[in-house]
Amino acid sequence: MTREEILAKINEIFRDLFDDDSITVNDATVASDVDGWDSLMHITIIGTIEAEFGIKFPMKDIVGMKNVGQLVDKISELSK
Amino acid sequence: MKELEYPFDSDYLFKNGRKLKKQLLSEGGPFIDKRIAILGGSTTSAVKDMLELFLLNFGIKPFFYESEYNKYFEDGMFENPELKEFKPDLIYIHTTSRNIDVFPKAADDKETARKLQEDVFFKFKALWESIFDKYGCAIIQNNFEPPMYRLLGNSDCVYPGGAVNFINGINAMFAEYTYTHKDLYIHDINYEASCYGLNKWTDLSYWYMYKYAMTLSAIPECSYGVARIIKSIYGKNKKALSLDLDNTLWGGVIGDDGPENIEVGQETPMAQGYSEFQSYLKRHAEIGVILAVNSKNNDDVARKGFERPDSVLKLDDFAAFYANWDNKDLNLKRTAESLTLLPESFVFVDDNPVERGLVAGNVSGVAVPEMDGVENYIKILDRSGFFEVTALSKDDAERAKMYRENAIRSNEMAKYEDYDSYLKSLEMKAEIGAFVPEYLDRIAQLTNKSNQFNLTTWRLARSEIEKMAADSAYVTLYGKLADKFGDNGVVSVVIAKVNGDTADILLWLMSCRVLKRDMEFAMMGELVKKLKALGVTRITAHYYPTAKNAMVKDFYALHGFVKEEEDEAGNALWAIDVDKYNEKKHNIAINV
Repeated sequence: MTREEILAKINEIFRDLFDDDSITVNDATVASDVDGWDSLMHITIIGTIEAEFGIKFPMKDIVGMKNVGQLVDKISELSK
Repeated sequence: MKELEYPFDSDYLFKNGRKLKKQLLSEGGPFIDKRIAILGGSTTSAVKDMLELFLLNFGIKPFFYESEYNKYFEDGMFENPELKEFKPDLIYIHTTSRNIDVFPKAADDKETARKLQEDVFFKFKALWESIFDKYGCAIIQNNFEPPMYRLLGNSDCVYPGGAVNFINGINAMFAEYTYTHKDLYIHDINYEASCYGLNKWTDLSYWYMYKYAMTLSAIPECSYGVARIIKSIYGKNKKALSLDLDNTLWGGVIGDDGPENIEVGQETPMAQGYSEFQSYLKRHAEIGVILAVNSKNNDDVARKGFERPDSVLKLDDFAAFYANWDNKDLNLKRTAESLTLLPESFVFVDDNPVERGLVAGNVSGVAVPEMDGVENYIKILDRSGFFEVTALSKDDAERAKMYRENAIRSNEMAKYEDYDSYLKSLEMKAEIGAFVPEYLDRIAQLTNKSNQFNLTTWRLARSEIEKMAADSAYVTLYGKLADKFGDNGVVSVVIAKVNGDTADILLWLMSCRVLKRDMEFAMMGELVKKLKALGVTRITAHYYPTAKNAMVKDFYALHGFVKEEEDEAGNALWAIDVDKYNEKKHNIAINV
């Protein structure tokens, strides 16, 4: 899966989770850019991404992630 | 909604939660509103979101209060204006083994460990009592899941210092207290965690990072368990099972294979599966769940399946038996009508997805679990929690029997050309007498519940009834009716007041369970006999109309009374001279 494909899938997940088709995320997107992306929603986002990609993030990786770009990198690394 | 029925896909529910909620609110309902406070010992946000979805799907619209993280104890224990203002209908205490403050040391003796267990138990007991006292609402309390590690290995469940042993003991204390306290309900996460798999349930990253006491995808399981209890408390349980036969209750097709070749009994693995499933269904009578057959078969052929000696279910386990070639949605509606239940109170059990689709599409509100493989049947029904028990009485065990007996009576009736010979065939026996202590509860219940066959709709407390029973100015009568099919219990109540040579009938009621059996004639006969013996020469009686008792408007005319007065509202006074009374013929043997 290419980075672009991963990002597209993440975008789709966000739209489902927030039930909002106007959301667009990119590598630089951080939590404060998306209305409603609070710490509780963050848990659901991580859980849903794990389920959709069939991966499990090590805890040390989740706590270190700063933006969507790093999330994409991690997914790409884990789904190899 | 299919997505919210067991076995649901947790990941799907999280991903689509907002959409599902919108859909439920716009397409579901009608809803009953309930105010639910969640007091958490860990993060409860997702627990609440999932609980909301499941409750909406059960027809309950929840409004939530959530405690601050791990403030469950303070919130319930101390003055809390916000919670008071919220006026909870129900408080759910979401605590887990993470909230056990202290565990014994490995080598601690029994007394020390016991003391620590009591510390935990008394803390929760104080919390429950405080909630009952301050809010007077129902409480759902999680028990404790097994610990995530066992320092003593297998001995952890044996030694007083073992965490497994310790938690088992506390869970037993919770259960014992709950058993004797009506408004407290245990949510058994101990069992749920086992079902889910403890290793998966305790994914520690969710605790360290977010203070969730279980992994995210286990949360819907937990919320579903709570939703089951809540819908049961508020009367949303299912009541009956509508059952297919071929490849559902036995293996094979009885019409093609013949009753001797269907798979049931102990001979083959498949046969054992069907037999165990039959046992599981049969046991539902113990909790008052009604069983009915809904099968595409010739009736006589279908019945032969239950005449096999190795069939666990017998014909008389079913309250209704529809084996014909009509569509199953139609048969389900007929079953409901014949049992005076609503179609939405049924669970339709069929291995065939086409039949399930037809019933789900045409009978709104019916539950249609996906029955796939006999080895999964019990699990699917059991985990769905259609009949979640939150109160169990002796009556529940009798209920299925009474429905069955009524069904047999109506079948029996069809065999007789005239109604009188049907009544004769019932071999009815009545016990009629003055009120006795053992029936006072039932008598009070009847005066408060009967609407239709009730002449004056006089509602009475048990204590008032007791007083009249002891007062010689009153003549009281209860009537119990039994027949060859079973005992209906106390079904009729009469109270008259004697004043010199006249008597006034103040209350006359009968349960509709025994309509058209002429029990009222037997009761009147006994009453007049008693009054005569007391020197009464004239009897007066009343009819007070309500929205529901039109069926007995002219009840006293039947017995030869004459209407003496009637006001514009329809309140009527009836009277008869005792020597003009002729007892009406009936087929009931009295006090034999």
